[in-house]
Amino acid sequence: MEELINKLKKEVIEQLNLEDISIDDINPDAPLFGEGLGLDSIDALELIVLLEKNYGLKIEDPKDGKKIFYSIRTMAEYITEHQKS
Amino acid sequence: MSGQQYQISYWCMIRQNRVVMPGRDWVPNENFLTFTEFIKALYKKEQVSYPKFYKMDNLSKLGFLCAEMIFKNNPVTGRYKSEEIGIILSNSSSSLDTDLDYYKTIKDPSSYFPSPSVFVYTLPNIVTGEICIRNRIKGENAFFISEKFNSELLETYGRLLFESQHMQTLLCGWVEILKEKYEAALFLIEKKKDNETGNEFPEFSARSMNTLYYKINN
Amino acid sequence: MSKRILITGLGIISSLGNDLAENLSALSQGKSGIGKIQYIDTLLRDIIPVAEVRHSLEELFLIAGIPAKEGYSRNALMGMVAAHEAFQDARLDQLPRMHTGLISGTTVGGMDRCELFYNDFLTNDHRNAYIDSYDCADSTEKIAMFLNIRDYITTISTACSSSANAILLGARMIRQGYLDRVIAGGCESLTKFHLHGFNALKILDKEPCKPFDEKRNGITLGEGSAYLILESEEAAAVSDRHVYCELAGWGNACEAFHQTASSPDGIGAYLAMKKALDMSKLEPSGIDYINAHGTGTDNNDIAEGRAIEKLFNSAIPKVSSTKPFTGHTTSAAGSIEAIISILAMSNNVIWPSLNITEPMKDLSFQVTTQMLKNVLVNTVMSNSFGFGGNDTSLIFRKYQKTE
Repeated sequence: MEELINKLKKEVIEQLNLEDISIDDINPDAPLFGEGLGLDSIDALELIVLLEKNYGLKIEDPKDGKKIFYSIRTMAEYITEHQKS
Repeated sequence: MSGQQYQISYWCMIRQNRVVMPGRDWVPNENFLTFTEFIKALYKKEQVSYPKFYKMDNLSKLGFLCAEMIFKNNPVTGRYKSEEIGIILSNSSSSLDTDLDYYKTIKDPSSYFPSPSVFVYTLPNIVTGEICIRNRIKGENAFFISEKFNSELLETYGRLLFESQHMQTLLCGWVEILKEKYEAALFLIEKKKDNETGNEFPEFSARSMNTLYYKINN
Repeated sequence: MSKRILITGLGIISSLGNDLAENLSALSQGKSGIGKIQYIDTLLRDIIPVAEVRHSLEELFLIAGIPAKEGYSRNALMGMVAAHEAFQDARLDQLPRMHTGLISGTTVGGMDRCELFYNDFLTNDHRNAYIDSYDCADSTEKIAMFLNIRDYITTISTACSSSANAILLGARMIRQGYLDRVIAGGCESLTKFHLHGFNALKILDKEPCKPFDEKRNGITLGEGSAYLILESEEAAAVSDRHVYCELAGWGNACEAFHQTASSPDGIGAYLAMKKALDMSKLEPSGIDYINAHGTGTDNNDIAEGRAIEKLFNSAIPKVSSTKPFTGHTTSAAGSIEAIISILAMSNNVIWPSLNITEPMKDLSFQVTTQMLKNVLVNTVMSNSFGFGGNDTSLIFRKYQKTE
């Protein structure tokens, strides 16, 4: 899990062009949206693309994204859970 | 028509590794080969703290920083109401630079991942939106496509806005980029105050914009 | 008193039909132009409905009345068809020339052909005539050539408010005395490029769009073109021609909120509508009908609804979105809906907002869902909002001669 979390952090930074933020700046349990990283609705869509491109997971309804993209950890959990099946 | 005169209160030009403003000229120590390196260096040098900058496309980065240079030296937001500030931009390549990037994400059916964040920048007027968001500008805004820098269009439309709307100030100019060829020329226009006759500011006219534009071009 | 701006000619091609009469007929019958994708080769073909102009490129050449040749995009051809109709409608071909301009709004330009020939551009020279057509200004230049307009030509590109801004700019040029007549409007063809882009933004409805419905689920894209002939009162008086109405007010504002989303309270929409209303010197109760931007996205419809509530308060006019008829024709939407608004006025009908089964709960007013006939419509407000936060509102009023 920790390995996946670190990999995800790297991918999120790259996909969302968070240039001034390093892996250590991201707390895996902190909310990704709202204050924290200053992400917005387009970033949420970009995360959907990330899941599809890198993990083959499709999210049809962007509203589901709210829970999945709450934090890096919830993302990692979602990936682990859904890649098994 | 009223006898109101308008002046170019400030201007900034960015072109191939160089930034020029009234009485100032900046050329980075390094000769950057790419726009990406150059614009990042300028962003760092100006100490702009605006993480969204990194998410912008190149056209927006260019227009945003050029506007930043102007408003930093000549803030308007405190002096005018948001609705009294207008913005008119133009270029010749529209958003082609980003269109090509976006096209890469859809052209191959086997790796088809259209990027939403790239797509939103496939509109030329997003750069005006970015400048408005940063500077709380809520007045008129427009984006024109012209073959080359068209100072007549800027003057004509600028005057129209001053004369027909309750506009107090205007940011207008040219923001063009295609691959490694980039060029921004923005002008801040304000009403000339009566007691300021004989001031140093160039008059708001196609001619003086051309003079500035072509002087720095060569 | 400032110069009045009169509308003396209309021209339109959309999924509803090839000319003004066909569009009016479809609207009057409540017939939508939305259907399955026919002319774009895409993975989304059976998934996403669109409102296409149901003609191939070859057929569009025929409709435009010119021989088929390389370098003409769907976009330019639709623009030529609509602009030509407006030009004829105002009988400009029979009148002595006055200072005339062409102002056109478009965003995707000639992308419809270029995306087909992109590989040719890279690997051979067979399709090079199309390279220049990618440029947004290409369709404008082709229309200008077709109608022999030389005095003033410009292309404006502010996303989905482009052609509304073309009308606004044209009106200003006349009012300030730069031009006597303006052909103002816009054109936009569907492309794989923006179809997939909107799809990536997850704002395309898999069913025909239902603006202002509680369960609205996004946009249905459309294509088409529309142009209006704007004239000063003096120019319009030449040879006693039909005047559809006058353009009584216009307003444009920047939302300064987000690149693509509207602010929850719709401040940009409010400012644009207020500016237009102030200029027209009408009271809020003086507006009979609002042809809303009403795209069918969660975000737009609530923001626009809130802005309408705030500005009109207890005097909310009839409101509907006609995008379920024409689809969202993006850059062309402003001028297409301007014409649909004018048709409501000249036929004294309120066009219904189709596809609503459950009206939005959060709004204090009801959107018109059934066609209302024989109602007096003297004034219409037409809204067009674009990405980039560029919001425009136009007010049309039945024309009465200055005494």
